[in-house]
Amino acid sequence: MTEEFRTVIGLEIHVQLNTRAKMFCGCDNNAEGKEPNTVVCPVCMGMPGTLPVASREAIEKTIKLGLALGCEIPKISKFDRKHYFYPDLPKGYQISQYDQPFCKGGQIELESGTVKLNRVHLEEDAGKLVHPKGSKYSIVDLNRAGTPLLEIVSEPDITSPAMAKDYMKELHLILRNLRISDADMEKGQMRCDANISVQLKGERRKGKVASSPIVEIKNLNSFRFVEKALAHEEKKLQEEFEKWPEKKTKLTHGFDSNRGTTYPMREKEEAKDYRYFPEPDVPPFDLTRFPIEKWKKELPKLPSHHRARLSELGLTKEEANIIAKDDTIKDVIENVAEKNKAIIGKLLINNVEARKLSIEALNQIADTIRDGSPSNWVRDMIRRSVKSGKLPLEIVKETKGLAPSSEEISEKTKEFTKFLISENPDVVQKHKAGKAGALEFLIGQGMKMTKGTVNPKELREELVKQLEEEKR
Amino acid sequence: MLKKEDVEHVAKLSRLELSDAEIEKFTPQLSSVFEMFEKLDAEDLKNVEETSQVTGLENVTREDEIKCLDDLTCCTTEELLKNIPIKESSSILVPKVIEDK
Ligand SMILES: [Zn+2]
Repeated sequence: MTEEFRTVIGLEIHVQLNTRAKMFCGCDNNAEGKEPNTVVCPVCMGMPGTLPVASREAIEKTIKLGLALGCEIPKISKFDRKHYFYPDLPKGYQISQYDQPFCKGGQIELESGTVKLNRVHLEEDAGKLVHPKGSKYSIVDLNRAGTPLLEIVSEPDITSPAMAKDYMKELHLILRNLRISDADMEKGQMRCDANISVQLKGERRKGKVASSPIVEIKNLNSFRFVEKALAHEEKKLQEEFEKWPEKKTKLTHGFDSNRGTTYPMREKEEAKDYRYFPEPDVPPFDLTRFPIEKWKKELPKLPSHHRARLSELGLTKEEANIIAKDDTIKDVIENVAEKNKAIIGKLLINNVEARKLSIEALNQIADTIRDGSPSNWVRDMIRRSVKSGKLPLEIVKETKGLAPSSEEISEKTKEFTKFLISENPDVVQKHKAGKAGALEFLIGQGMKMTKGTVNPKELREELVKQLEEEKR
Repeated sequence: MLKKEDVEHVAKLSRLELSDAEIEKFTPQLSSVFEMFEKLDAEDLKNVEETSQVTGLENVTREDEIKCLDDLTCCTTEELLKNIPIKESSSILVPKVIEDK
């Protein structure tokens, strides 16, 4: 059944910017732990006669995201009023952007394909409503009202629920990379509304692509819920495809995360019902007078850039993904020697302790790994270096050469060497006869048998010593 | 002339509950307002620029600082919540807007 259908998904993602103050007034933008309605002023409470003044920082952050996503930054931009009546919106309208947003177009590259963007615009968040069960009241808290809020609108280029999750994760990573939002989904700093429809492949009805209605699922507040809710809706739309009345084109659903299912919600107003018009209180913006070229140069590298570069260095896709997400490892990789980047990348993924080492220490460790030091020895060296605060080379010097890491291992090596000699009488004979390469062959055998858990230099020393003794 | 349905729709957007009698009464009233504006359609406005701004200002922004915009916006919580009809400590209460599930 699923092969007959094509899935079409578009996402609208809201992101709170991490400015110090709110979008149009000087109230604290961080009201965490504060009593309701104590981080407000006449402006964000929508009192008559107040004048909103736009935050320059919020505009800068919006445009920086636009630049990072390859959006067009237009010459002129402005705010508009979007009208609807709900108790979370004290003015009766939201200051948003309608036809002239700060950023147009753009795209996000994913492994599963490119998702084109429609726009990124800036608006103010609404307040928070709580509806206590059994009470005849809803509770309004306007602390959140006026927080700068981005809306990032994708084109319907997403073809599966899993791709929708990837898209969201990538956007999350980019936002954190640019340090414009903490994008903590549990705190509602990043929220997602998803639009989904399914179409019959190849079949046209009355000259049009045969499509289900578009279902909008509101308030998906985790990566997992986005995928789960969309998968649920996708299945339902496919199963009930023939049942949809032709006139029904748009439905609004909520997501019940406890049951993993969606349910119908109040129908939303259509665009014309919002009665958009230019916000007369906030003058328009001539963006050619903003230092956009300078901001472009200041942009940090995007995760996709890091991933490509790490792959070039010889890391696997999975390793590159882990590092691109981990600021600490990423910073270290940037700073270590070019030839050591891949080795240290792998090391830092697998060895938590190694993350405590300095750049210099890591470079030294990487050199010994390249020389073929076995992993046990490397682990031990990292432990010693972290513990003593000494550089690996200092430790090597103190312990005379690539010294045994402890008496115990040395004992083991001695015993193993004895065993190795007894197991390979032919090779031992050849060595005694002065045959070149016999000793190397023995060491190779030893490394193989111990799966590299013995120090090759130590083994060589011990072999030479014991073979000498045998001669006598 | 506006239709009854138009008035009903606008009332719904405004969250106004109108009786049938009120709709009867307001439909011609609202219609006459629209008719007045429709007179503008008779004018040739091709070369008239749309006015949404009258100050001529551009790029008005403020620094990202936590402080009152001016003296008038520096208010205490008590002052700000003074005219709220129903409240519980600093919470604003309104008639419930969604039904209990
Ligand atoms: Zn405020």
